[in-house]
This record gives sequence, C-alpha cells and structure tokens, in this order.
Amino acid sequence: MLSFVAQRVVKGVIVLLAIVVLNFFLIRLAPGDPAVVMAGEAGASDQVFVKQLREKFGLDKPLPEQLFIYVKGIATLDLGFSFRQQAPVAKLIAERLPATLLLTLTAFAISLMLGVLFGTFAARFAGTFLDTAITVFALIFYAMPIFWVALMGILLFSVTFDWLPSFGYETVGANLTGLSHAVDVAKHLIMPAMTLGLFFMATYTRMTRASMLEVKRLDFVKTARAKGLSDAVIQRRHVLRNALLPVVTLAGVHSGTLIGGAVITETVFAWPGIGRLMYDALLQRDYNLLLGVFVICSAMVLIFNLITDLVYRLVDPRIEFAS
Amino acid sequence: MMTAPPAVSIRNLRIALPKGAERPFAVDGVSLDLRPGKIVCVVGESGSGKSMCAHALMGLLPDTVSITSGEIQFEGRDLLKLDDDGWRDLRGRRLAMIFQEPMTALNPLMRIGDQMAEMFEAHGLLTPKERRAKALSLAREVGLPDPERIVRAYPHQLSGGQRQRAMIAMALALEPAVLVADEPTTALDVTTQAQILKLIRNLQRNRNMAVMFITHDFGVVADIADQVVVLRHGKVVEEGPAATVFNAPQHDYTKALLAAVPTMDPPAREPLDEQARAVEVIGLDKTYVTSGGWFREDRRVDAARQVNFNILKGETLGLVGESGSGKSSVARLVMRLIEADRGTIWIGDTELTSLSGKALRTERHRIQMIFQDPFASLNPRRKIGHIIADGPIAAGTDPKVAFERARDLLKMVGLDAGALDRYPHEFSGGQRQRIGIARALALEPEIIVADEAVSALDVSVQAQVLRLLEDLKTRLGLSMLFITHDLRVAAQICDRIAVMQRGAIVELKPTAQLFAAPEHAYTRELLAAVPGRKERAPAA
Amino acid sequence: MKQFWKSMLKSPSGVIGLVILLLAITIAVFGPMLFPNSPWRMVQRPFLPPFTLGAVPLGTDALGRDVFAGMIFGARVSLLVGLVSTLVALVVGIPIGAMAGYFGGKVDDALMRFTEFFQTIPSFALAIMLVAILQPSIYSIVASIAVVSWPPVARLVRGEVLSLRTREYVQAAVVTGQSNTWIILREILPNALSPVIVLASLMVATAILLESSLAFLGLGDPNLISWGYMVGAGRTVIRQAWWITVFPGVAILISVLGLNLIGEGLNDALNPRLSREGR
Repeated sequence: MLSFVAQRVVKGVIVLLAIVVLNFFLIRLAPGDPAVVMAGEAGASDQVFVKQLREKFGLDKPLPEQLFIYVKGIATLDLGFSFRQQAPVAKLIAERLPATLLLTLTAFAISLMLGVLFGTFAARFAGTFLDTAITVFALIFYAMPIFWVALMGILLFSVTFDWLPSFGYETVGANLTGLSHAVDVAKHLIMPAMTLGLFFMATYTRMTRASMLEVKRLDFVKTARAKGLSDAVIQRRHVLRNALLPVVTLAGVHSGTLIGGAVITETVFAWPGIGRLMYDALLQRDYNLLLGVFVICSAMVLIFNLITDLVYRLVDPRIEFAS
Repeated sequence: MMTAPPAVSIRNLRIALPKGAERPFAVDGVSLDLRPGKIVCVVGESGSGKSMCAHALMGLLPDTVSITSGEIQFEGRDLLKLDDDGWRDLRGRRLAMIFQEPMTALNPLMRIGDQMAEMFEAHGLLTPKERRAKALSLAREVGLPDPERIVRAYPHQLSGGQRQRAMIAMALALEPAVLVADEPTTALDVTTQAQILKLIRNLQRNRNMAVMFITHDFGVVADIADQVVVLRHGKVVEEGPAATVFNAPQHDYTKALLAAVPTMDPPAREPLDEQARAVEVIGLDKTYVTSGGWFREDRRVDAARQVNFNILKGETLGLVGESGSGKSSVARLVMRLIEADRGTIWIGDTELTSLSGKALRTERHRIQMIFQDPFASLNPRRKIGHIIADGPIAAGTDPKVAFERARDLLKMVGLDAGALDRYPHEFSGGQRQRIGIARALALEPEIIVADEAVSALDVSVQAQVLRLLEDLKTRLGLSMLFITHDLRVAAQICDRIAVMQRGAIVELKPTAQLFAAPEHAYTRELLAAVPGRKERAPAA
Repeated sequence: MKQFWKSMLKSPSGVIGLVILLLAITIAVFGPMLFPNSPWRMVQRPFLPPFTLGAVPLGTDALGRDVFAGMIFGARVSLLVGLVSTLVALVVGIPIGAMAGYFGGKVDDALMRFTEFFQTIPSFALAIMLVAILQPSIYSIVASIAVVSWPPVARLVRGEVLSLRTREYVQAAVVTGQSNTWIILREILPNALSPVIVLASLMVATAILLESSLAFLGLGDPNLISWGYMVGAGRTVIRQAWWITVFPGVAILISVLGLNLIGEGLNDALNPRLSREGR
C-alpha cells in the first residue's frame, strides 16, 4: 500500500516536471519579449530598465538555464512573480485555491451521488417510463455547454425569480461571521456547484446505468438468484458494487475536465478561485501567472487520479498491493 | 431396482425460443423424473436444450425464452405456477444449482465465506456468527484446504477446482432435496474433474439428494450417472438406466454418439523408425515474466523448460497436459509466434530459430498451424476465398492460381466450392475448422501443428474432423504436432505422445506403450483421471 | 453494410441523431447563401426582441446584428471545427495506438507514457493556453482541440489491437507469412474500427463543446462568428436581452445532442452485444 503510493507519487512528480518543461517552452513561444511586457506592466519602458529587468529575472541567460532556475523555484514553491498583480504567483494561487477546492469538491460530490442514484434507478426500472425520462434528461444535460447552463441558471434563478445571487463568493460588505457567513457562502455556492456538477451528473448517470445492465447479465448474479436472495439485496450487494468500478475509473479520468469546467464556471459566476485567476491571467497576458496556475491545476489532477486509483484498489480485491 | 417416488417430475416441458431462432422450441415436450439418491445425467451436444431444462427447474430461464406448456412437480406443487416469492423461498433452500464457470459464478468482490453465509441470510436462518461458523464447516466438508484461510479469500485467489468446491459447499448449505449441476466440470482440468465428480457422488449419496447433471461428455456420464436422458434438438431421444444406455443403446443417435467417443485403446500403428526427421527441437526454454513494478518481485512462469523432441516424416507426435502445462506455448514457440529464451528448432535442414524478418516469412510456409477456436481463427471480415488464398498470394503465387487452388482445397476438406465467396459467420464450427485446415494446407506445408484443433467441437463433429486430419496427413505425407488435453483423442491419432507438466516433458513414448505402461507418476495420474475409463459396472 | 444501416435505422436515437446532423450540415452548407450580408453587419436597432420583425426573427444583439444570421453562420464554424479536429485527432491517435498495441514491449511503453502524459494535463486548460499562445484563429483552435483529444483514441485503439493481436486469425496471418503492415491494415484495424467510429462521433460533439467554450472565453477566431462567441457577447447584457444568449446555446445543445444520439445509435448497430439479451 505505502510502496504503491510512493511509486505513484514519484511517477506523478516526474510527469509534473515534464508538464512544467513543456509549458515553460510553450510560454516562451508566445509573441512579445517578456521583459518589454514586464516593463510596460511596471509603467516604464526605457531601454535601461528593460535591460535591468532582463538581468534581474535571468531573461538574458540561455533558455535551458532559465528553465533550470524556474524548476528550482518550483521545488521551493516559488512560482515566479506576477507584475500585473504585483504579487508572487504562489501567494495569489494560495489565496484562491480554497474557493476552487470548495467548488470542485462540492460539484464532484453532488454529481457522483445524484448520478449513481439516478443511474441505479434507471437500470433498476430499465425499459419503463422512469428509465426513459432519466436517460433523456441525462442526454440533454450531457450536451449542454457549461457556460450556457451557468447563464441559464442566472437567467432563471437570479434574474427571473431572484432566489440566488448571480456572482461572487459572499455578499460584499455584509461582514457576516460564523453560521450566517457559512449560509451566505452556501447560497453563493449552490448555482456554480450545480452548474459544474450537472454535466458530470449526466455522465455518471449514463455510466452507472450502462454498467449495471452489463453486470446484471453476469453469472454471479444468477448464482445470487439461485441462492434465493431478495431482489433488493442482489441489486445492492452484487450488481451495484461491481457496477461502480468503472464509475470510479471514470471519475479519475474526468478530474481534468472538472478543472476545465471550473475555469468557465468561476469566470461566469465571478467565483474567486484559480479558474477565474487563470482567465484574468489570460486576458492580461500574465504568462508567469498563467504557467503557475497551470502547474497547480496539473498537480491537482495528479492528486485526484492518485486518490481514485487508491479507492479502486480498495474496492477491487483483484488488484493487489503486493504479491 | 426399488423405485422411490420421484422428487421432481418434469412433464411435457416446452420452452419457446424467440422468433428468428433456428428452431421454434429450445425444449420440446421433455419429460423426466429425478429420484432421491439418484443422479440423472442429461446429455446432448451443443444446442440440444439440456441447459435450458436445468434453468427451467430453477426458475432461472433468460427473459428471451418462455415456457409454453408442461409442468414441474416438486413436493406436491407445480413449480411453473410459482410467483417470485415462491421461487425465492425454494431456491437455495430446497433446490440448489452449480454452474459451469466457477470463476464467473462467484462475485469477485466478496469473500468466499461471505458468499457462503449469504445462503443462510437469504432464508433468514442463523445469526451472522453462526453463519460464519457454518461456512467454515462447509468449506471443510467439501475438502477445501486450509478452510480458515479460504473463507476469508476472494474468488481470484482460488484455483478453478477450489472455486467449484466452494460453489458446491454453497449449494449444499441448506441441505436441498435437489441439486442441479450444469456442466460443473467442463471448465476444469481432467484430474480436478475426477476429484469434483467424486465429491458430488459422495455428497449426493450421503444426503440422499436427487441430482440433475447436465453434460456433453459421455465419459463423465459413464462415471457418474444412475439414469441417462439423451437430448437432441430439444427432444428426448433415449432414456434409461446408465448400464442399459451404454451397453444396449436403442436409438441411432445414441449409438452414433457413443461410437464417436474415442476409445482409450490406441490402434496399432506402423513403426516409422526409418523415416527422416521433419522437426527437431533442442533445449527449448521460455519463461514468462510479469513485471511487478519497482517495489515488487517479478512473477515468473515457466512455459517451457529444456523441451526436447523430434518428429519424423509422416509421424504424429502428441503433446498432452493440463492447462498451464506449457503445451500451447510450445506449439507457439515451434511456430515462432513467440520467441524462445533459449533453444533451437530445426525444420528439415533449416534452423528456423536463426531466421528473422523476410527470411523467416519465406520459410514459414513449411510449418503451418490449425487453431483451437473455430470462431476466433477466421477473420470475420474476410471472405473464405481470401482467407485461404492470402498466404500463397503473399508468397508470390498468382492470385488466379491461388484462388483456383483454394477451390480444390475446399473440396479436399469436404466443403462446397461456393464457400469461396462467403463470410465465416455463415459456417458451423466444424465447417470453420475445415476451412482452417484448408488454409494451413494452402501453403503446402511439411508439418502441421494442431493446437487443440478438435477440443471446441461436439463429439460427432470431432470424430469427422479427426478422420479428415488423419486422412490428409497420410495422403500428403505430412508430419504433425498434435496438442491436446484429451487423452482419448491423443490415443486415436498419435504415433508417440509427450506428457507435459509445468513446462517440462515428463514422459515421451510410443502411444501404445504409454497407455499400457506409464512410468511417470503424473502420467499415471492423468490416465487414471480420464472419465469413463473404468468399464461400467451395472447400476446398483 | 446493409445490415449496419438496417440496425442503425432501427434504433430511435440513431435516427433522431442522423436527422439532426443532416439538418445541421444542410444549414451549415446552404444557410449562408440565404444571407448575402456579413453576420457582423448592423441590420436593425440594437436589442430588438425576437419574434417582432419577420426579417430578424430572433432579434438583434447589443450592436444591432441579426442573431438568426449569426446562428446560421455559426453552424459552419462549429461543424467544421468539430469534424476537422476529430479527423486530425484520429490521424494522430490511430497510428500511435495501433503501433503501441501491435509491437508491444518498449514501443508500447514509450508511446503509452507519451499518451498518458497528455492525458494528465487538464485538457481544457491546455487548449486555452495553446490558443492564447498561438493567437486565436481557426487553425490554432483546430490544432489545440486535436492536441487534447487524441489520447483517448490512441488508448482505445491500443486496447483493441492488443486484444486482437492474440486472436487466432491474426496468428494465422503471421504463420502464413503476411507482412506486419498487411496484418495491421487488413486483419486488425478493420476489426478494431467499430468502437473507434462510436468514439469519433462522440469526439465531434466534445470538440463542438470545446470550441464554443473557447469562443465564449474570447478565444475564438476573431473573423468568424460562432455560437460560443455569441453567447459570450450576450453574457453581460443577459438581464436586458435574454435571447442573445439563449438561442445560440440551444443550437449548441441540439447539435451536440444529435451527435451523441448518433454515437448511441452506432453503438447499438456496431456492438450488438447489449441489445442481444439472454442466450
């Protein structure tokens, strides 16, 4: 178990390093001399200043050396400096990370629970009206672009009914504390989390349904019936448990998509997370920040994949940690 | 013979197949009785409807078929009139079943002991603690080694035989009156099969159970049956006490089936000592290594250990052994489908192991292969003509000549030339195997490697294909390496037999000698395990 | 082939999907002919609500541009990007997967490490970065969508080839002396194609979603109007003019839905395993 985690962590670090290297060069492909851009951002553009900047940030050194400096920085959690925001990238990300984690984890939990629930119902009543209804809704949710769902949510629940706030993390200037603050945040969270979760809910619904129908035909279900077990026990203990394995795999595969969806959701709802930060960095051509956010996003995906792998190994005894 | 009243009485059972199936009824008017303490073997070839009968008795028929008429009397009621709750109450408690594939019949995510305990739970019996204790004692009763460990193990950690023992333990948990066994030993090796058959026999006697035993194997029938019912196309063609059916079969179909079962007496064969060597295999080694990653040890399996043999011109060498013995690996090593770690293979004067790339491709035609699975060995998207002619065309034969020859070959293996333009799915298993033979002969090989070439076929088809192989071999002067797990088949077709165990040849002898005087302990064990070997004692 | 169309037309999702796709293609090809003017041109007063003027059935946006015309032109971009980027992803993914699966060993290791690496990078974030760095244009958009969508193709093809490679008919081709190229092209790939076709139809749908998301964030080709761009442009005025965001979104929804339905229909037609219960 421990050795497995260690092995995966080492592999993850290598992959992360490769991602950093790839993106470092990608960013350098972008048009414009970073020093000139920086100087412009700092409000001065004379030659001497630009030259100073080059020297200060090692931009006059050959690329490999620059890369080495950058990677060395990452090892000490130094992701560079954002001139636009006049702050270290690491600090900016650290400030925004909790909001993103709150959003993505809530969306993930909602989508997984509801998706498995609906998928189970659909499979249990396969061929009935309930199944058709769930399948059709899942298909539609699966086909809706996230940004549009977000806007339709705003249109419906903020503009038309005025039930939920349409942007932000909390009511600005309300200075709430304790429980009322939590309620306020929760109210702000509902729409973004549902928006982000809807697509994944549809995915898990479809997967759970298909997988349950598949497992239902396997021999051990026949054995369970031959034992005289009740249908409910067969469904829960024999069918559902086995059917959830591919759903776990899918959850791991989709972690990257979850992060991508967060970028859009946070942008539309002005949710102060790293997705929004990435969008801002993009608009302002703040490449150091962009690269930093990207590295953190990749790390999050790697961690999430590691967790789903662990979960899979825990539920499926056929995969053993050690021989 | 005392006739006790039947425990189960099936009358005029008729099960309809969905529309578009090859016949309207899977089971057509079957009547049979199961008596306490007796084993009824329902025997038939694939598609005879024997498995449907078993599933109907358990109320486990697939949704696509339906029972149109008949009744199944059990303990004073007609089972076919039961509702879901009625079935649920009977299943497991009074009627139990074991299946063909013990791997897939067990839930891979549940411990063996828990799956046994479910038997009691399903019928609201005992406390969880008592159930666990019961599971342990059941595991002990069916002879599972180290029961304390086994009840905590998952199915994948058990061998095939152990899994089937666990299934049997489960089925017997509530002391049912009737046990339905659907080909329970077909997926097992012959030595394991012998043990499981013995186990079923003993348990059934001790508990006075009525057993319905479904099988296609007359050897198994001979070993275990009190009463035999022969099914064909959903109808009973013959039934009676085992001794009568074996010694004086009435129906032609039964006679033909029995005649098609190869005997254990090897026919006399011409000595071939003067012939030149067609194949010489020297010191073949192959170890499969499964990487365990960085922190684990690699897993190693020996597929071949110092394998030496030769085949003379016109000779058939049999390679027999159980699953995992390495016999199929040796076939693939000789074909250069996989690479040996060490060792040399000579085809006549050519060292096959020294060739590679184009040189290897041009020599390949000299040694050709016939595969096991008639459904997997033909590309479903290519016409038969292409399947046969592709090889010669790749070797440079003019396509027109190649197709002309494909036509002749089809005739040679007993198929119509019209088959050329058809696709594999239009043919039966036996016909496909003939096409596979034609493909192998198209390249005019000197040696044929047949890997379990008749194992997937029904016994009557098997006999025909074996006869064809034997005939072609003699006519074309071929040598053959014949891989099989079935000693009866080997006895009929092989000049010499090599017995393999865990990657090594433990004994290699002329067939008659091997059967008459086996030397190695494993060979003796194998021979003793062949079902139906003992002459039938008259049924008690 | 006849068999295939028969079962395809038997599945309701397949038929609905095909109808939607044909409709979308017709609109994309012929629609713009009905609108000789550029969709960027101002045709009416800004914020004209829908269903008030026959000439501008779906109203106008904040700059007085025809929403309906924009949607017609947008169909072109969406379908084009969806199809072309999927094609590119297939061209990259199939050979990589086929080689990894067929040759195995070190080739497989190297190619699969490479593929996994691309799969670990959050795909949408990578697409954003690529388009931002290469400057938004139809080429950079197609390229970046292809870059993030080929890995699943490679993995699927590898898996299929891996299992087909040990199939007996492939071994038969080896022992009858066929070349590797022949075996891959004739014996393996045709039998591995069904799941790839199903995946491809779903990939077109995903690509359309990706393109619209990029355009929504302002990373669309500035010279081409697209559905995502229209939704993005209408976003800030959603309280005044709902129609600017609603209609293009519906267009995206319907086309993606249609492609997903085709995927389901193809799946039923090409892999009839699940529909054939029992036995």
